[in-house]
Amino acid sequence: MRVMVLVKASEESETGKMPSEQQLAEMGRYNEELARAGVMLAADGLHPSSKGKRVRFEADRKTVIDGPFAETKELIAGYWIWQVRSMEEAVEWLKRAPFGGGAEVEIRPVFEAEDFGAELTPELREQGDRVRAQAEQNQARS
Amino acid sequence: MTTSDAHRAIEAVWRIESARLIAGLTRIVRDVGVAEDLAQDALVAALERWPETGIPDKPGAWLMATAKHRAVDQFRRNKRLEQKHELLGRELETRQEAAAADLDAALDDDVGDDVLRLILISCHPVLSPEARVALTLRLLGGLTTAEIARAFLVPEPTVAQRIVRAKRTLREARVPFEVPQGPELAARLSSVLEVIYLIFNEGYAATSGEDWVRPALCEEALRLGRILAELAPREPEVHALVALMELQASRLRARIGPSGEPVLLLDQDRSRWDQLLIRRGLAALDRALRLGGALGPYALQASIAACHARARTPEETDWERISALYDALAQVAPSPVVELNRAVALAMAFGPQAGLELVDALASEPTLQGYHLLPSVRGDLLAKLGRLEEASAEFERAAELTRNLRERALLLERAAEPSRGCRDARG
Repeated sequence: MRVMVLVKASEESETGKMPSEQQLAEMGRYNEELARAGVMLAADGLHPSSKGKRVRFEADRKTVIDGPFAETKELIAGYWIWQVRSMEEAVEWLKRAPFGGGAEVEIRPVFEAEDFGAELTPELREQGDRVRAQAEQNQARS
Repeated sequence: MTTSDAHRAIEAVWRIESARLIAGLTRIVRDVGVAEDLAQDALVAALERWPETGIPDKPGAWLMATAKHRAVDQFRRNKRLEQKHELLGRELETRQEAAAADLDAALDDDVGDDVLRLILISCHPVLSPEARVALTLRLLGGLTTAEIARAFLVPEPTVAQRIVRAKRTLREARVPFEVPQGPELAARLSSVLEVIYLIFNEGYAATSGEDWVRPALCEEALRLGRILAELAPREPEVHALVALMELQASRLRARIGPSGEPVLLLDQDRSRWDQLLIRRGLAALDRALRLGGALGPYALQASIAACHARARTPEETDWERISALYDALAQVAPSPVVELNRAVALAMAFGPQAGLELVDALASEPTLQGYHLLPSVRGDLLAKLGRLEEASAEFERAAELTRNLRERALLLERAAEPSRGCRDARG
């Protein structure tokens, strides 16, 4: 199974403060350990929400909202995609991560097509897959 | 935390730590069987203790310390064991002083080398292929005997016996726990790659049983390959195998239709291909190619898989390049199966007649007798040439030969209507 590990934003990440050399080194070692165990598939860090935008959808119009966004603890600062055999394994890996100071990191299993059950007709599934694949291809080109 | 929660958590720790633990212990006791027993003892101790105490901060170090204590206790208490495992005793005696330092070292830097040694010994050429697969999944994958048996659809005692025998063979042959140098390393690594790809293929195109694919086995093989690529980063063929597996696995979702039937490569909905795995596969292939040297069999196969991955529609497929890659593959790793694939590529690039000539030349090949893909490919080429009756007979023969039930159903459909779905390539 795949999981996404979501690292929440903090005051520091939101002000755009870069991690210290020591923090970077520790995280580098941790990432290496994940790679050496064949667990890590992808990882990215995100710019602070001040560089982000939101679009709000209402019945008759769409409003664009510029960052930064207030609810710091709800914001995402980065993510990993891991390949593991169980949620328990993901938890055990996450416990080894070099976080501290009240950080809360979330693990969410990635949906597999099978998880949708009968709600998802083959046509709908095909359409969703096509859209996603197109988006991923665009990302790959960028 | 309930006991069953705790047990699941401990299983997860075991999966993360077991290979390093067994590898570290093997370096000390010089016997993979004894090392695994000690590691299992430590696991049992953890299952007793951790539900009460919680999982320690450094579970790997805890398991290692416990396993080593067991080893020392056993050695002291049991004179008979001492005689039996003289080697173990002596090693431990001389090493007792250094034990603490060893402990840290075993979980530290050279642990990578230990794990590499463990992979090499599990895939040692003195063992039969079945034994290598079972031992590798057990020692490196942390799988139980029952899980391995389920994955390969063989009775559990069979797997258990394979593992016991393999460990005995390694002991009797006094296979050293080391990383050989130079050409011997390349030879040993190629045996490892073979085992990993065997595991992958068993998941990718199940040779028997009801399911067409068993993704868990593919994931297991990919994990082993990714680990190996980190341990032997300068070996192009290791990266190439990882590339091949990532690219093939990217198509797993698209290879199965709604009712579990196989969907062949050119009929697959390419939007269902996993772009994350494709990116990883292309990156791994790039690493392999940048290391230079002549392209090995895995680099060639991965290059072929990359041609498919890059084509957005079946029509965009660069069949001439694929055909040239198969020519090269037939040079470095000649086999009737490669020739058969070459025939398919040739037919796609230059027309069915060109392919059929090569297939007909293979018809008398003894190793292909009983191989269902020979009549299946021949049937497809005949159908394309409009020779429908002959095609139908070939599909029927192919259906008789395959042991996979899903594939048989598909072949029988084509036998009934040979002109339908007139393009054939394995996904």
